[in-house]
Amino acid sequence: MTRAAEPLSARLARRVNTGIAILTLVFLAAPVLAIVPLSFSAGSFLTYPLPGLSLRWYADFLSSPLWTHALGTSLLLGAGTTLAATALGTLAALGLANSRLRLRGALMALIVSPMIVPVVVLAVGMTFVFSAAGLTNSLLGLLVAHTTLAVPFVVITVTATLSGFDPVLLRAASSLGAPPLAAFRRVVLPLIAPGLLSGAVFAFATSFDEVVLALFLSGPAQMTLPKQMFLSLRETISPTLLAAAVLMTLVSTSLLLAIELLRRRTARLRGSER
Amino acid sequence: MAADETAALRRRLMRAERRARLRAFALVAPLLAFLAFTFAVPLASMLWRAVADPELGTALPRTAALLRAWNGSGLPDEAVFAAAAEELAHAAQDKAAGLLAKRLNYEEPGYRTLILKTANRLSPPFAQGARAAMEAIDPRWGERPIWLAMRRAAAPLTGFYLLAALDLQQGEGGVTAVPAERAIFRIVLWRTLGIAAATTAACLALGFPVALLLARAPPRRAGLLMLLVLLPFWTPLLVRIAAWIVLLQEHGVINDTLTGLGLTRQPLPLLYSRSAVLIAMTHVLLPYMILPLYSVMRSIPPVYLRAAASLGAPPFAAFRRVFLPQCLPGIGAGSLLVFILAIGYYITPALVGGAADQMISSQIAFYTIGTANWGMAAALSAVLLAATLILYAAYARMAGTGGLRLG
Repeated sequence: MTRAAEPLSARLARRVNTGIAILTLVFLAAPVLAIVPLSFSAGSFLTYPLPGLSLRWYADFLSSPLWTHALGTSLLLGAGTTLAATALGTLAALGLANSRLRLRGALMALIVSPMIVPVVVLAVGMTFVFSAAGLTNSLLGLLVAHTTLAVPFVVITVTATLSGFDPVLLRAASSLGAPPLAAFRRVVLPLIAPGLLSGAVFAFATSFDEVVLALFLSGPAQMTLPKQMFLSLRETISPTLLAAAVLMTLVSTSLLLAIELLRRRTARLRGSER
Repeated sequence: MAADETAALRRRLMRAERRARLRAFALVAPLLAFLAFTFAVPLASMLWRAVADPELGTALPRTAALLRAWNGSGLPDEAVFAAAAEELAHAAQDKAAGLLAKRLNYEEPGYRTLILKTANRLSPPFAQGARAAMEAIDPRWGERPIWLAMRRAAAPLTGFYLLAALDLQQGEGGVTAVPAERAIFRIVLWRTLGIAAATTAACLALGFPVALLLARAPPRRAGLLMLLVLLPFWTPLLVRIAAWIVLLQEHGVINDTLTGLGLTRQPLPLLYSRSAVLIAMTHVLLPYMILPLYSVMRSIPPVYLRAAASLGAPPFAAFRRVFLPQCLPGIGAGSLLVFILAIGYYITPALVGGAADQMISSQIAFYTIGTANWGMAAALSAVLLAATLILYAAYARMAGTGGLRLG
């Protein structure tokens, strides 16, 4: 059936659908795009038309100890969370890939459940336990909390790359005389690298964007960037905050790009195997 | 001989098998130990605190034991008064009296001052007896309600917080609803479900056309459009909320445009309203609807629609009777996912909503960080967790646990 033969009503329905879809995509993308020019404004009013362009709010951001300290804390926390979650998650994924392990389904369900429980609920429980353990108002406590949220992402992404892994390869390596650690480093690691890296990126993004646990568990000395933004947004919204927002978005979108490239690479490798 | 060798071989095999199993478990063990401390114990302690009632037992241990033995009719006997007076006077020195006063105030506003006042003024020995000394400080000690409240607080476990989370109370005649002017949580619960339902409906109405457009587009263009969906998905939550505040505030982009065009004279009160909450939440949660819908639609072979058309079905009937039923798992999974995430929302309503738009999570935060009423915070958390788990069970049945896709 050619398109010309389509009845008018069908064509109309298609047009309406496309119209709504495009408006929705605009709705999704426009708000964030709208604040980017405002952060470069020469004036201090957050509205259009812009009186001129300048980098003064970025300079303000970089010269304010409040914001730079928050940025530093968030980057440090993100890096720590990434390391801890990737290490714990990758090991667990390797163990879970072994079909001899009992209760694999139950263990997997337990490990991903921090993704399902509402963060506020988890935050309440952590407040009880962490305050008894002396882990509130400390960066270590926040790191532990963020790792809990981030680790399921690593387990899921690494498990996904391992699902195509043939254990015969390991036996082949050891029969050729490779000690277990060398076999892991030279055979397993290159194969799971894309999953490991995207898990690491997810872990970093989770910590970099997290505010509820930071509000519940940390004190004024552990001011993260999202927490600083939350507290500022409660008062008033400043152009400096928008500059911070644009910088944060820049970090996150480069992470998205990294994930997308990794995904394409994996897809290409998978495709060439067959 | 051969049988011996087989047995030995089988033993060796089983040993190797066991070693491999142990090695696999050893790899998972560090994460399990970590999650036990950071996830399982916190949730268990939250559930425990929702039903634990330690204050009276800690502050007045002997009185608590006597009250548990009292049958609740009339007034407790002189021995209870004596124990209470002595232990209250003793408790005035440490934190326990303050915690007990706070706990009993949940039973009846005013009991806080009653306890603190009594504890501070009692000074043994009591010449006229403990009862007279207590009644001299406050006549309420000669009436039943305070003793019944203390008796309820004397048990190690309580349904008080869980009942209160649903605006119920334990009276003498059983469980009743609290008076309308004191009911707060049921309103918040209904509001939470209402906002979540409205957000889910909006996400479905807007997300379905986008998923359809993506599923029908040629792969290259679909990939590009998908980036438009993923871009806001990856934008930090607070950045998106900041963007909505810039757009919606009193002298924000939208109001300035409207007044500039002469469409309105006064700026519209867009921010700090229910609509602002719904708009921002729909914006944040839309990708969670689009992604599962898209993956289901992509898996429906276009041949089916062509078959329906060749059999004479008009396009709309083919869509409704062939395409739509196959989308149902995606619609169900996406809607449940959005609803589950929405009922736990805290940050978005806190920043763009007004006082009448706050959801259950905001009450939980208030009781945890604000007034440190941990029993209430735990009970409300238990209610939210129960709702989430029930919905998640439905989601898992529909999407399978493998339905958690990333990116």
